[in-house]
Amino acid sequence: MKSCLLCGVGGQGTVLASRILAQAAMNQGLFARTAETIGMSQRGGCVVSHVRIGEYVSSPMIPEGQADMMIGFEPGEVVRNLSYLKEDGIVITCKQVVQAVTASLSGSDYNAEDMIAYLQRKVKHCIVIDGAEICNICGSGKVLNVALVGAAAQSGAMGISVEDVKAVLAAKLKPQFLAMNEQALALGAQCVTQ
Amino acid sequence: MKELLMGNEAIAVGAMMAGVQVVTGYPGTPSTEVLETIAKRNDGSIYVEWSVNEKAGMEVAAGAAYAGARSLVTMKQVGLNVASDPLMSLNMIGVKGGMVVYVADDPGPISSQTEQDTRHYAKFAKIPIFDATSPEEAYQMIQDAFDYSEKYHTPVFFRATTRVCHACASIEVGEFPKITKAEGFVKDSRWVIFPRLSYLNKKKVEAREITLAEEFSDYPGNELIGSGKIGIACGGIAYAYVMDAIESNKEMFTVAKFVTPFPFPTIFADRFLQQVDRVIVFEELDPVIEDALIYHQGVTHTTHEIIGKRTGTVLNAGELSANYIAGVLNEIFGAELVVGNQTFEDAPKVPTRPPVLCAGCPHRASFYAVKQAMKGKEAVFCGDIGCYTLGNAAPLDMVDTCLCMGAGITIAQGLEHSKSAGTKFSFVGDSTFFASGMTGVVNAVYNKADMILVVLDNSTTAMTGHQPHPGIGKTMMGEVSAAVSIEKVLVAIGAEVKIVNPLDLEAAIATVKEMDEKSGVRAIIFRSPCVAIVKPDQARHIDTNTCIGCMKCIRELGCPALSKKDGKAVIDPALCTGCGLCSKVCPTGCIVKD
Ligand code: SF4
Ligand code: SF4
Ligand code: SF4
Repeated sequence: MKSCLLCGVGGQGTVLASRILAQAAMNQGLFARTAETIGMSQRGGCVVSHVRIGEYVSSPMIPEGQADMMIGFEPGEVVRNLSYLKEDGIVITCKQVVQAVTASLSGSDYNAEDMIAYLQRKVKHCIVIDGAEICNICGSGKVLNVALVGAAAQSGAMGISVEDVKAVLAAKLKPQFLAMNEQALALGAQCVTQ
Repeated sequence: MKELLMGNEAIAVGAMMAGVQVVTGYPGTPSTEVLETIAKRNDGSIYVEWSVNEKAGMEVAAGAAYAGARSLVTMKQVGLNVASDPLMSLNMIGVKGGMVVYVADDPGPISSQTEQDTRHYAKFAKIPIFDATSPEEAYQMIQDAFDYSEKYHTPVFFRATTRVCHACASIEVGEFPKITKAEGFVKDSRWVIFPRLSYLNKKKVEAREITLAEEFSDYPGNELIGSGKIGIACGGIAYAYVMDAIESNKEMFTVAKFVTPFPFPTIFADRFLQQVDRVIVFEELDPVIEDALIYHQGVTHTTHEIIGKRTGTVLNAGELSANYIAGVLNEIFGAELVVGNQTFEDAPKVPTRPPVLCAGCPHRASFYAVKQAMKGKEAVFCGDIGCYTLGNAAPLDMVDTCLCMGAGITIAQGLEHSKSAGTKFSFVGDSTFFASGMTGVVNAVYNKADMILVVLDNSTTAMTGHQPHPGIGKTMMGEVSAAVSIEKVLVAIGAEVKIVNPLDLEAAIATVKEMDEKSGVRAIIFRSPCVAIVKPDQARHIDTNTCIGCMKCIRELGCPALSKKDGKAVIDPALCTGCGLCSKVCPTGCIVKD
């Protein structure tokens, strides 16, 4: 059984990402559970999705210290949730920070470098992705989730391949968005091979 | 084929498998997706409505069940308080067709005002309750709930909590049955509640409790797992956490999963108690299973040690988790279970990230207009339930009270009658206005209150995911209906009404000032759609040459599309909806369209 925690900020598309991972697992005949943040926090608050795939497991929530992988849509949120990671777990994170509203005015803002440096120091396998760059290339701010899933698949840590994800995208997305998302998937995956 | 279904979807599909014919409800996190899923998968043979509030929903569903149809009403836990009036009589009248009352509880609470436990209502109303531990169990169990309802002629509760409602699991879904026409209403004195009838029916209800306690003892969902000497009693999502927590040392424990907390399955409880030496209870919200076990031991003169919330051992507020449960079991029983042990004390500080009104949300403009108009004057701002509750956050800081649906309107009257200083404002959303705001306005006019009602009309029920409501002219069946006009309702009640677009900031401020000069019950309708249901306008951007870096735009509005960069303000074009509010606040006119 593999567990993956996705974390980010409401509106970044974590829910779709966790559903894609779960569906890819189900297509291989594996059992899947997810749990998502739905409700008030979706308005720019902290959101986490739990994905557990493989053999049967009772709980949709990953216990702390037991995530094989964390997918970070925002590096500060990875730091916030790091206690979920297994000791030898892998982190894939977007490097761009999303500041909380008026954080810069109250002086509680933080910078990406500190977060990334901390993660790289603490986590053995930490893959950092330039999400903004990928979104730029693909021409949409909405493909960050698929790019991250691409990297997650390529890492092999969840037992799902990039091809598996591609099949899910083809079945799930409207045709006009498919090419853009496939490109994001490939670019995300490349971040791991390099 | 196996589908990945969210708990609420599984409940919806389960109800459809059970042949539900009439579905009603009022939106509320985490319950909303049940009704939406049925509406989406409906081929037209099931009647689905968003009711004006939970009381209406409960009564419509009851009427359908009187006529022999299977009916379902959905709501969140606090919605049940609104529906409790019909419930507390329907329990003594009963039903003919199966009727399930689906209530979603919210431990934490995560998206609710309180952590209310619906299992108490089951006991209070003396009607059976099913409590699912997972989406797949919910799928099966809601079908059983309909059967029990019909068999015992009683409405039946079906409860789930957030982590079941919003968890997904792979579930095998069968073919939906063909809906057969209900028998229709048959006139009979059994449908008219009178003291004598309630008295006679109460005797039957009490007798049923004993029968059901026995029958539920053999209900397959009430399960004993393992044969260890330490007993763990649990229910709901806590069961899943327990199973996860004890994984590395299962032999120590016998787990008793209670899925029918009322009527409490006494014989099942005896089987459990006979098998174990000590008992610990894990359940979220209130100690319902725990109290039932303690009570049962009192009746049967047995004396197991029962550890739980009553002994101060288990958390009595907030959510549980596998880590927490493992920690408790290690401490009390030396279970040596594996718990997450990575600590990150040296982690850089990450500030809290509270939810905020969306970029371009018309509520921001409305709050800002009232704030500007009342600058330097005394005023109290009574808030209500909806996205606009988020208007309490800095920098708007425009919600001084918030209690429950519609209460802002009446709280303001109490403040006024107690001679508290300042103009009393009540902010209410359009959906909340219909759900439980109108009677409060009648009360205000009748009792000569002095207040300004601000209706934030964004043409949707935004917080719960944009459901239609009576003011929109569209039903959940996708049909066009007559839109109920908020202004006409207010005028008919006797309030003076002004309508203004809050994004027209000058006019909005002027209207508030004008209304502030008057007395009696006056209403301002701020009308502008939620940005999530309309196409955004072109994003604004800031000319860095003329921006003086005063940060007034950020400081006054807190729009998430605005941030500070290199001493100047910048707009995130991906978030900005072009509402233009910031350009009206900026002193230098450097926020422009292109
Ligand atoms: S125009 Fe200004 S206030 Fe409106 S959404 Fe864009 S940045 Fe925010
Ligand atoms: S969903 Fe609509 S009403 Fe709610 S905060 Fe966003 S824009 Fe405002
Ligand atoms: S209010 Fe205008 S001048 Fe001041 S920081 Fe904002 S954009 Fe710049």
